[in-house]
Amino acid sequence: MTRSVVRFLLGDKIQEIGNIDPTTTVLDWLRLHKRLNGTKEGCAEGDCGACTVVIGRIDGERVRYEAVNACIRFVPTLDGCHLLTVEHLRKRDGGFHPVQQAMVDCHGSQCGFCTPGFVMSLFALYLSEACPSEDRIRDVLAGNLCRCTGYAPIIAAARHMYELGDRSTDALVLTAEELNSRLNGGDKIASVFLENAGKRYFAPPTVESLADVLVANPGATIVSGATDVGLWVTKSQKILDSIVYLGGIPELRRIVETHDSLEIGGAATFADAEAALTALYPDFGELLRRTGGLQVRNVGTFGGNIGNGSPIGDTPPALIAIGATVVLRHGNERRSMPIEDYFIAYGKQDRRPGEFIERVVIPKPAPGTTFGAYKISKRFDQDISAVCGAFLVELSGGIVTRVRIAFGGMAGTPKRAAGAEAALTGKNWDLGTVAVAMEALRGDFTPLADWRASSEYRRTVSANLLMKFFNETTVGDPQTRLVGQRRITHA
Amino acid sequence: MPEGAPPNSFPQIRGGVHESPAHDSARKHVSGEALFIDDIPEPAGLLHVYLGLSEHAHARINSLDLTKVISAPGVVRVFTAADVGGKNDVGSMGLGDEPLLADRLVEYVGQPIFAVAAETRDQARRAVRLAEIDYEILDAVLDIETARPGGKLVFSPLQLRLGDSGAALATAKHRLSGRLKVGGQEHFYLESQAAIAVPGEDGDVTVYSSTQHPSEVQHVVSRILAIPAHAITVEARRMGGGFGGKETQSNLFAVVVALVAQRLGRSAKIRPDRDDDMIITGKRHDFEMDYEIGFDDDGVIDGVEMVLAARCGFSADLSGPVTDRACFHADNCYFYGNASIRSQPLKTNTASNTAFRGFGGPQGVMVAERIIDEIAYAVGKDPLEIRKLNFYGTTDRNVTPYHQTVGDNIIQGLVADLERSSDYQQRRDTIRAHNATNPILRRGIALTPVKFGISFTATQYNQAGALVHVYADGSIQLNHGGTEMGQGLYTKVAQIVAEEFQVDLDCIRITATNTGKVPNTSATAASSGADLNGMAAQAAARTIKQRLAAFAAEKWGVTPEDIVFAAGTVSAGTESQTFTALVGQAYQSRISLSATGYYKTPLIHWDRAAGRGHPFYYFAYGAAVAEVTIDTLTGEYRVDRVDILHDAGRSLNPAIDRGQVEGGFVQGMGWLTTEELWWDDKGKLRTHAPSTYKIPACGDCPPIFNVRLAEGIENRSETIHRSKAVGEPPLMLAACVLHALSDAIASVADYRLCPRLDAPATPERVLFTIEDLRQRNATGKPEP
Repeated sequence: MTRSVVRFLLGDKIQEIGNIDPTTTVLDWLRLHKRLNGTKEGCAEGDCGACTVVIGRIDGERVRYEAVNACIRFVPTLDGCHLLTVEHLRKRDGGFHPVQQAMVDCHGSQCGFCTPGFVMSLFALYLSEACPSEDRIRDVLAGNLCRCTGYAPIIAAARHMYELGDRSTDALVLTAEELNSRLNGGDKIASVFLENAGKRYFAPPTVESLADVLVANPGATIVSGATDVGLWVTKSQKILDSIVYLGGIPELRRIVETHDSLEIGGAATFADAEAALTALYPDFGELLRRTGGLQVRNVGTFGGNIGNGSPIGDTPPALIAIGATVVLRHGNERRSMPIEDYFIAYGKQDRRPGEFIERVVIPKPAPGTTFGAYKISKRFDQDISAVCGAFLVELSGGIVTRVRIAFGGMAGTPKRAAGAEAALTGKNWDLGTVAVAMEALRGDFTPLADWRASSEYRRTVSANLLMKFFNETTVGDPQTRLVGQRRITHA
Repeated sequence: MPEGAPPNSFPQIRGGVHESPAHDSARKHVSGEALFIDDIPEPAGLLHVYLGLSEHAHARINSLDLTKVISAPGVVRVFTAADVGGKNDVGSMGLGDEPLLADRLVEYVGQPIFAVAAETRDQARRAVRLAEIDYEILDAVLDIETARPGGKLVFSPLQLRLGDSGAALATAKHRLSGRLKVGGQEHFYLESQAAIAVPGEDGDVTVYSSTQHPSEVQHVVSRILAIPAHAITVEARRMGGGFGGKETQSNLFAVVVALVAQRLGRSAKIRPDRDDDMIITGKRHDFEMDYEIGFDDDGVIDGVEMVLAARCGFSADLSGPVTDRACFHADNCYFYGNASIRSQPLKTNTASNTAFRGFGGPQGVMVAERIIDEIAYAVGKDPLEIRKLNFYGTTDRNVTPYHQTVGDNIIQGLVADLERSSDYQQRRDTIRAHNATNPILRRGIALTPVKFGISFTATQYNQAGALVHVYADGSIQLNHGGTEMGQGLYTKVAQIVAEEFQVDLDCIRITATNTGKVPNTSATAASSGADLNGMAAQAAARTIKQRLAAFAAEKWGVTPEDIVFAAGTVSAGTESQTFTALVGQAYQSRISLSATGYYKTPLIHWDRAAGRGHPFYYFAYGAAVAEVTIDTLTGEYRVDRVDILHDAGRSLNPAIDRGQVEGGFVQGMGWLTTEELWWDDKGKLRTHAPSTYKIPACGDCPPIFNVRLAEGIENRSETIHRSKAVGEPPLMLAACVLHALSDAIASVADYRLCPRLDAPATPERVLFTIEDLRQRNATGKPEP
């Protein structure tokens, strides 16, 4: 069955919306339609967190409450969700939620413009974790920018809030059953189809129906977290005629561990995959930790990250080095290819009309394998790489039997360093070989100069990363990392 | 950290001076109830305005075809320079070099050419894209390097001269020269520029503006619309951050909506997208600073000569005073004896650079600290030793290059205290030992001081007014000329009034800054907000208090001097009454309960042509130590620990002042490290959003961050409750981060060469400075 309205809870009020431009952002809807002005627009690109809201979505028996950027989230994607904004936090008696009180007590606001966003990020943390570490607090808040305080009082508030309330009974939290019944559940498996002012919105509930919708609408824009597509709307004011939303397909965000691989659904978010990937490749986990802010990781997907064909990518360099494959599906036909083959040229990928990324298959590390990944950016957290390098080497008796090196930010696509790989293969894994490979690496790319880095820095640092990787594989406990607790993988 | 009455046996008011009540809007901030411009309920029929911008850095407009714009859905009208009835100039100084809308000539990428008024913001934005403009491209001067040879200035340069620098350099035992480059900085206030104009009768207009300077908005609206100031009311309740970026840069946005409202008789609002805001508005000036110094074997400075060249952008804006302040602070805490310091405010085809927390002072401080670094490496000592050797004296060696005697110097004591409390020497030894055995990660440490002059250097701005009403029920309404941008000014001034009347802070209602209540105000800038407006509000409160005292004295048969206001009561001997009861009676007895207050800073004067005077009422001091780790393979780094000791005099509100110190430090750290402005070769700013322009994030806050306000220190000048200004000075504490990075880099050449690290010290710049240093070390070439 197909519904032509979306239904969700805003606070404790049911919203039923059919007549809306499908690319209306949650932020604009809140501010312009609902006159809920507590949620602010700071950047309209998901980078400052002033618009952070908390969205509860059904995950099995419970509702998972996550911080999300309202500025690049489209309203119809709220179907079946529980939307909470800063206006909903006050207790029924008018008193403050512990999160709000902690911010007041710790002098956590100055100008106050970013504050509602911080409050909502803290609220999501408060609901989901009991005693986050200092590092975790900083991670959770990395997607919220504050220009006034320098963050120290906000970090203090993140600790203090736990002293002010009882987490086990937050009045705002619903169970999956409660949310479903409030939304007259039971038709959760319905397709959603909206049409407004010539724009069409499809939200298929299953992979099968997704495949059908895309065959019928091969030119449609595929959207999950909209962390990229959202900017087409807010920044370029691009008109998207047809949108197909993947966020309502549970099976497409499934992560399955098999004997020799990890299969990540195309709509699995970074947050979904972090734990499983970290277990296999700790440095991959660290890379994910530094991808976007938490608001982005909560919604950004593997399929989207590969599909948008960024020359930098967040995951592609690591996926290429590991030897992952991507499985594309068109109707009932599937084809798979090494990730690197998916990227043909800048702005051009091997995805045919009507095709979608069904899953990414990540092989488990083979014995004797070492994997390291490094992201170089101006700022550690929530920045885009100037250079991202990923290295996988298999050694046997000190000889390099297999090596895969991939970089983002060095060419029009994420790309392997063929020359450096050749210089290493079959050689002794030693300083001399690495020096030769570093030289070869300089010849592998002719990187651009832009605002993230000069061409020369990209060349130099990419070669130096190979040296760093070598150091980390050969020296016992080298002090080589400034951030992150991860260690390179020795399988 | 709950607020409340201090543990005292006798009753006290809550929220008086020197206590730490929360920011007046804290509760509204956390509940989302605080109204910013875009949150104000819109008047019926409000139009939305968007600006059409130049795509070229320097070009003549041959034709401007707006046909498609005008016929776009929702568009009501399009405005160009021809629609400006008055003088087409939004510049703060009225020099005629900054049109509201460009007229035939564009001088930077992003300069507004036309404005669209439409029914919705989305429609106005879409319509703007439809303009067809034929440009004739002219040669553009984009940066300092290319601007220097032509030397076209936006303002006359300042020359400071003390002693005979030429002779001092000629006879000095050692002499060296160099250049420091320091980048600019985007304000990145979280709330973009925004304004609403509401038309009234008789051609009046009321403007709600996110501005640090309501009076200037009023004056510029008056200039553009050619109507007298009395027809214009400007109100500003709060800004979502200002940092100097809304001192003059708010003019354009406020004026354009005033123009639309006046012409169309409908309310109008503007709120540029973040990217457009960053492209249109000016930023902190980047500088190239050339220095030549002479010093003796110990490292004592004999003399300096400096030229401070700044990229000012296409118009003067505040670049004259900004580059002046750079010169005033190019001494930081050091006695030069003989000095020649000259500014070079260069015209470029970029957005017009403007005020930003520190107002040129930070760039000046950085060149002083570079000089210290140079000398330290030249004589082979810890830079901290060189700093101490050259500090201003307290009784001699205390004349600045602008001939003001430093009369309140406390830097020696602050630095000694911080050196001890931060365990500087011990940690420095540990770091040296670490670096000897770690090839990849190197650590560094530095302690840098700050001295910052307080007062507007334009003497006339050092005045303020306030308006206080006491209502018959005893409640008090407060208004003054200062604006609230998050710095807690409203809270502090309310504390001052509470203290004066001896009532609890919550008896005082703070109201929005409004040109109709207090006229002819100065910008809330130069850290002066509390100093000036606090004094004015105190004066207003005292006037009313004197009337109440006279009334009570007459009633009780005592003299007014016998009347005591304390903890909500008014008493004399055995007679006592609540403040509220007395006020009620005073009203019945026809006592005026409303008063204005006024203040002007004493003692200051400045003769710019002569380069002499006493421009600053006093100085604020501070010092900070940073410890960092750098990755010598990538240039990445991490700030591991920061210790700060800052002088806020007798702090009016220690919690708020601490917030200013921490926030200022982190903002300064961003300026010197990750915040890089990048223009392409066509003069287009490519770092115009948080995705490309990286201000510090939560993870950049130092994991160990020990911040102290200096205790037992009060302002030697008669400031409000002996406090000190605290808005800008802490930003410069961040110099220690750049110098700690420099210290870590120096390890790769065994601390023999000065790394000469420029700012912003992005990972790229750190790595290349390391490579440069290694090369210099290998070739064994001495300093050039």
